[in-house]
Amino acid sequence: MAQGSYYVPATAKWPIVGSVGLFIMMIGAANWLNGNPIGPWLTLIGSVVVIFMTFGWFAEVIRESEGGLYSSAVDTSFRQGMIWFIFSEVMFFAAFFGALFYARMFAVPWLGGEGTGAMTNELLWPGFEAHWPTHGPAELGGDFQTIPAFDLPLLNTLILLTSGVTITLAHWALKRGQRTALVLWMWSTIALGLLFLSIQFYEYVHAYRDLGLTLGSGIYGSTFFMLTGFHGLHVILGTIMLIVITLRCMFGHFTAKNHFGFEAVAWYWHFVDVVWLGLFIFVYVI
Amino acid sequence: MSEATTHHDDHHDHPKGLWRWVVTTNHKDIGTLYLLFSLVMFLIGGAMALVIRAELFAPGLQLVNPDFFNQMTTMHALVMIFGAVMPAFVGLANWMVPLMIGAPDMALPRMNNWSFWILPFAFTILLSTLFMPTGAPASGWTLYPPLSLQGGNSFAFVIFAIHLMGISSIMGAINIVATILNMRAPGMTLLRMPLFIWTWLITAFLLIAVMPVLAGAVTMLLTDRFFGTSFFNAAGGGDPVLYQHIFWFFGHPEVYIMILPAFGIVSEIIPTFSRKRLFGYTSMVYATASIAFLSFIVWAHHMFTVGMPLGAMLFFMYATMVIAVPTGVKIFNWIATMWRGSMTFETPMLFALGFVVMFTIGGLSGVMLAIVPADFQYHDSYFVVAHFHYVLVTGSVFAIMAGVYYWLPKWTGHMYDERLGKIHFWWSTVWVNVLFFPQHYLGLAGMPRRIPDYAVQFTEFNMISSIGGFMFGFGQLLFCYIIWKCARGGEPASARVWEGSRGLEWTVPSPAPHHTFDTPPVVDDSVAVHKDELT
Ligand code: HEM
Ligand SMILES: [Cu+2]
Repeated sequence: MAQGSYYVPATAKWPIVGSVGLFIMMIGAANWLNGNPIGPWLTLIGSVVVIFMTFGWFAEVIRESEGGLYSSAVDTSFRQGMIWFIFSEVMFFAAFFGALFYARMFAVPWLGGEGTGAMTNELLWPGFEAHWPTHGPAELGGDFQTIPAFDLPLLNTLILLTSGVTITLAHWALKRGQRTALVLWMWSTIALGLLFLSIQFYEYVHAYRDLGLTLGSGIYGSTFFMLTGFHGLHVILGTIMLIVITLRCMFGHFTAKNHFGFEAVAWYWHFVDVVWLGLFIFVYVI
Repeated sequence: MSEATTHHDDHHDHPKGLWRWVVTTNHKDIGTLYLLFSLVMFLIGGAMALVIRAELFAPGLQLVNPDFFNQMTTMHALVMIFGAVMPAFVGLANWMVPLMIGAPDMALPRMNNWSFWILPFAFTILLSTLFMPTGAPASGWTLYPPLSLQGGNSFAFVIFAIHLMGISSIMGAINIVATILNMRAPGMTLLRMPLFIWTWLITAFLLIAVMPVLAGAVTMLLTDRFFGTSFFNAAGGGDPVLYQHIFWFFGHPEVYIMILPAFGIVSEIIPTFSRKRLFGYTSMVYATASIAFLSFIVWAHHMFTVGMPLGAMLFFMYATMVIAVPTGVKIFNWIATMWRGSMTFETPMLFALGFVVMFTIGGLSGVMLAIVPADFQYHDSYFVVAHFHYVLVTGSVFAIMAGVYYWLPKWTGHMYDERLGKIHFWWSTVWVNVLFFPQHYLGLAGMPRRIPDYAVQFTEFNMISSIGGFMFGFGQLLFCYIIWKCARGGEPASARVWEGSRGLEWTVPSPAPHHTFDTPPVVDDSVAVHKDELT
């Protein structure tokens, strides 16, 4: 019946589940940080509720979509929503990139006595010479080495870029209605994502165990792990989304013309890809 | 643009009672929820302000200890900004955006529900810190490190509460952008949109751009405190000033988030009660856009005294002063709209006019603060407090009240009590100036902000200010009463409500039925709110 009309659901039960889940999760996390033994449990319960909500909510939307309730206007709203969501994610990363640039271009040189920092250097941190990478004048976290760019990080760059290609090939296959090719390209994308994550995991272990590079290694460790860490979390999220969407491809949820769910995930994947390029250049290479 | 009809999926379940409000997807219900939430927060934040003003009534420490005093200044600001002003504007957007652009509802109704229903939980967490053994955060709402990192157990709770508020704001903003860009009725071209819609579109963009930056900043605080990072720790090569840069990159656009929708409301009200179309509609749109753009490149005017290179200070000083130009354009346009209009002065118009006059006072003190050498003296003094309360209370809050009076008949179907409304306006206007104007002098004479005690020579002006505070504060109970009374009954309101009103929201009956514009209206210049050529 709804063909061509704007679908407004009468009620929404999932949001309140999500709010309660987030509430428990946040209270749990705060208690956890304060060393309260109940913290981890509350965090766990809250996370389970949030995950339950996510699946329930998306299942509902998928059902409605399959039931033909969505018009092209609804489709456009979803597209708008996804675009602006990705934009907000870009700005979140921008804050951390900003911190990195500020530290390298201003904070560390000033500590080393550049510009108006002469007295700071002279009186507070005598003998500190600005350099990068650094763990600061107090040498927090002890000696460390960095991960060379043209080694595993380069490989990881190639892996992610390739995954950008495979997901595009999948999209083309979808548009031509070739489901086998579509599913194959999707699984290759997922495999590349997982490969990226394993290498990243290996690198973290290597950094902590062999290189002495930790989150506590001054400003270098802070920016390195927070940037790559948040990126890694987004890759994990992206991979889960890819898996869900691939299963939907296999169930035949998408048609050559109508497959916004697929496109949203593809956009997200490209966004994760682009952020990595920024990371590779500014965190590893330069 | 959606040309087709709407499908409301509500034949099968009709939740009743409280549960109805929990699961609603209706933009009018959600707008009401936001507005009521905001009113509650306004009263809670107001109570905190009265604690501050009571302590400052006389020099010396009498009512509260200094730490609790600082908890009050911190919580007052967080509650008012994130709990009262922002949700009030989102509530107005929820109610009015679909009505003004001829849409059946918000673009993403379920997410709309979630944006709201995160807030009560976020503020439960925030307010609960008051009851923790170490008390609420006391570092000021800006949470500058290293001070903010030295607080008690409440710190992590506050950070997570801010994360929740951020999630809520971002989702709300995404919804508003999607609605405005996608749900306009046929013929409602961008340059036919009412100014309230334009200002909200730009505000929503600002929100999506800067709330994640705040999230990043407070996340760095969190990891600095709990996970050994050194973003803001010079010993590790970081810099506490870095926090201030990131925070104010969010913070300055944030103050425009709290004023642009107010510009929109005032731009709706003044034409109605002047019985003319808005003067310079297009220039208003461009002025709003340029203010939004400039708001990204002025942030360091909050940090002139922190020690920045001279070139940077000059840049931020001039960039800040440039904002006065588009702001001036707006003020002149409002005045030109009234020029030779047949004006009447119902309560919404009174609040709008109060806004124009008193916001301008705040804008001018802002320009004074933007001057680097002058700010060296004014910074962190009561002059700054006076400045931002003129722009936020007599600016944002007055505009919200103007909007509430303006649209209340549309929401409830009854006229509010005009006589009481006028009393509310005059009472508020007189006392708010008694409250904040002396703070200019206190600041210029050197009284610092966020300190519970002061030198005796500041006594008289502080007493005056405190009396103003209590009178203004208790006067707001009248506002609550007027709203309550109007919701209960009163003279029935016509669809158009005001003789001079224009725009789609006035084509639907009052009270606006639960579902409106299921079949989109067709908009042409006769309905369009503003069109320069037709003035
Ligand atoms: C012409 C426009 C404006 C100019 C030139 C301006 C300038 C400034 C400057 C230079 C400061 C820093 C003062 C200091 O800390 O030493 C300041 C503070 C502030 N302004 Fe404005 N401002 C303007 C408009 C606004 C508006 C529209 C709002 C909000 C609706 C606003 C809200 C604030 C707030 C909240 C603070 C204090 C923040 C804090 O330190 O806690 N300002 N303004
Ligand atoms: Cu500012």
